[in-house]
Amino acid sequence: MAETYSRELHRAGADATSRLARFRLLLRRYPLGAAGAFILVVFVLAAIFADAITLLDPLKTNAPEKLLRPGGGHWFGSDVMGRDIYSRIIYGARISLAVSLGATAIGSLLGVAIGLASGYLGGNFDLFVQRIMDILQALPLLVLALVTSAALGPSLQNTIIAIAIPMIPASARVIRANTLSLREAAYIEAAQIQGMSEWRIALRHILPNTVAPLIVLATAQLGSAILTEASLSFLGLGVPEPAPSWGRMLSDSAAEYMRTAPWLVIFPGAAISLMVFGTNLLGDALRDILDPRQRG
Amino acid sequence: MTAYLVRRVGLMLLTLLGISIIIFVLLRLVPGNMVDILFDSAGMVDPAEKTRIAAELGLDKSIPEQYLVWISGLLHGDLGFSYVSEKSALREILPRIPVTARLALSAIAFAVLLGVPFGVISAVRQNSAIDYGLRVISLAGLSMPSFWLGLMVLMGFAALTGTLPVYTEAPKTTLDAVLLVAVPAMTVGFRSSALIMRLTRSAMLEVLRQDYVRTARAKGAGAGRVNFHHALRNALLPVITVIGLETAFLIGGLIVTETVFNIPGLARFLVESIRNRDYPIVQNLVMLTAFIVVMINFLVDLLYAALDPRVRLGA
Repeated sequence: MAETYSRELHRAGADATSRLARFRLLLRRYPLGAAGAFILVVFVLAAIFADAITLLDPLKTNAPEKLLRPGGGHWFGSDVMGRDIYSRIIYGARISLAVSLGATAIGSLLGVAIGLASGYLGGNFDLFVQRIMDILQALPLLVLALVTSAALGPSLQNTIIAIAIPMIPASARVIRANTLSLREAAYIEAAQIQGMSEWRIALRHILPNTVAPLIVLATAQLGSAILTEASLSFLGLGVPEPAPSWGRMLSDSAAEYMRTAPWLVIFPGAAISLMVFGTNLLGDALRDILDPRQRG
Repeated sequence: MTAYLVRRVGLMLLTLLGISIIIFVLLRLVPGNMVDILFDSAGMVDPAEKTRIAAELGLDKSIPEQYLVWISGLLHGDLGFSYVSEKSALREILPRIPVTARLALSAIAFAVLLGVPFGVISAVRQNSAIDYGLRVISLAGLSMPSFWLGLMVLMGFAALTGTLPVYTEAPKTTLDAVLLVAVPAMTVGFRSSALIMRLTRSAMLEVLRQDYVRTARAKGAGAGRVNFHHALRNALLPVITVIGLETAFLIGGLIVTETVFNIPGLARFLVESIRNRDYPIVQNLVMLTAFIVVMINFLVDLLYAALDPRVRLGA
């Protein structure tokens, strides 16, 4: 009896007191989330150690070796300019990660600041800010990113900004809604009675309690940012040549050569899909762990 | 209800006005205007000629003046002229509307017809092999860029049939005509179907736990009746909201899909116009997009209230 009980406790994770034990429990309980985290870690490591795991320069053209099939010399084949697709995909992870992490971080930070101020200050300021958010949300992410990217000109930094701006409203709305409900909580009232300043209450007591939904949202936005960067680059308005952006690799010659050199299409698209798939798997697990109300 | 409608329409107009200002100003930030591009491509150097063309296009006026000219024209149904084709913007935009509308409606129909039934199956068979399979497929659907899916579909077609289902004005057979819309519609609708499936699943799971569903089962109602008559009717409510929100994503998908399949619709025209700095076309197309998104969200809210007696607008 006692043995069955302790086995049940173990399965429920009650004895998982050390960090390692808790980590193992999470892995067991959310295998798909762990798979997503693993995929992302592999991409991050590939991006960091790109120099060590590739032999060929991703930018170096080599006319005699153009459109080679995947094989010994070029694992994923070569493109129309003789550049190695494998190296371009590994270095492309840097661009994809830089844009998606950069855009999500900027979008979330601005969203947090705006949402916190809007929810906490209320009144006309809140009304005004919410109308601006309505405006930003009335345009599809890609349309706003396209126009902003065209306005700022093609570059890595501008692509990050163009994707970050349409992301602001979602995090601003989540933080605002949380702030509004937290503002009424008894412990906030207690802090006010103690004479704590409004900004101190917002930053010390309200912000930390909105972190969980923000992490869930940011993971979802990471996937959108990767897809939007790929779409912008595919349409020729994202990260410019010769940078090996995955979306750009699909736009240049891929469509033209897809019958004769399908590897030009298959590998860059598979890389984008796999990275977004990883963020989606991780995002689902994080939502289940951090925000049980939304559990599907 | 009337007060709600008045307030809501007022907010919609305010949103559209805000978008018009933001888009107009953003487009004027673009480095190099149409006159520069014309000059570069034609190799012209005469500054007097450049000033004359700028004046002809109204680009010598201040930005607020240019904005007022555009907005007052818009209110009178005059959208200006395309800088590239020199045709009226309205004549450029109108013929492309049916092409994109047909594609978008087919994509939504495909997404709903695929997403809702599979969502129900996934929920009813929760944690079974079929549920896991459908969840992984739907997650994959959300992860694939639509332009890549489009290219892969084209490659598959080329390998199997030796032909490509790219747009032509005069398809030879009825099958060709159907395929020309159906293939890109499925490509762009796949993502939406994945999202609808996931939402139908989670909404169904929520509803299936409700007391009234248990009561229906206890009274001896069959599984089909409980799942579809009792549960799905209520589970579909949040799904309708998402179908509304999904319009914005669908427009993003249309932009790349029309480019891949070479479809002469509005979405591809927007990209071409952005590349050509054809301001009158870009600003009008962006306004049209915003109008569609805002209207669909409004209609979805009304539909939601009509379908769910618990929702009272304006309360």
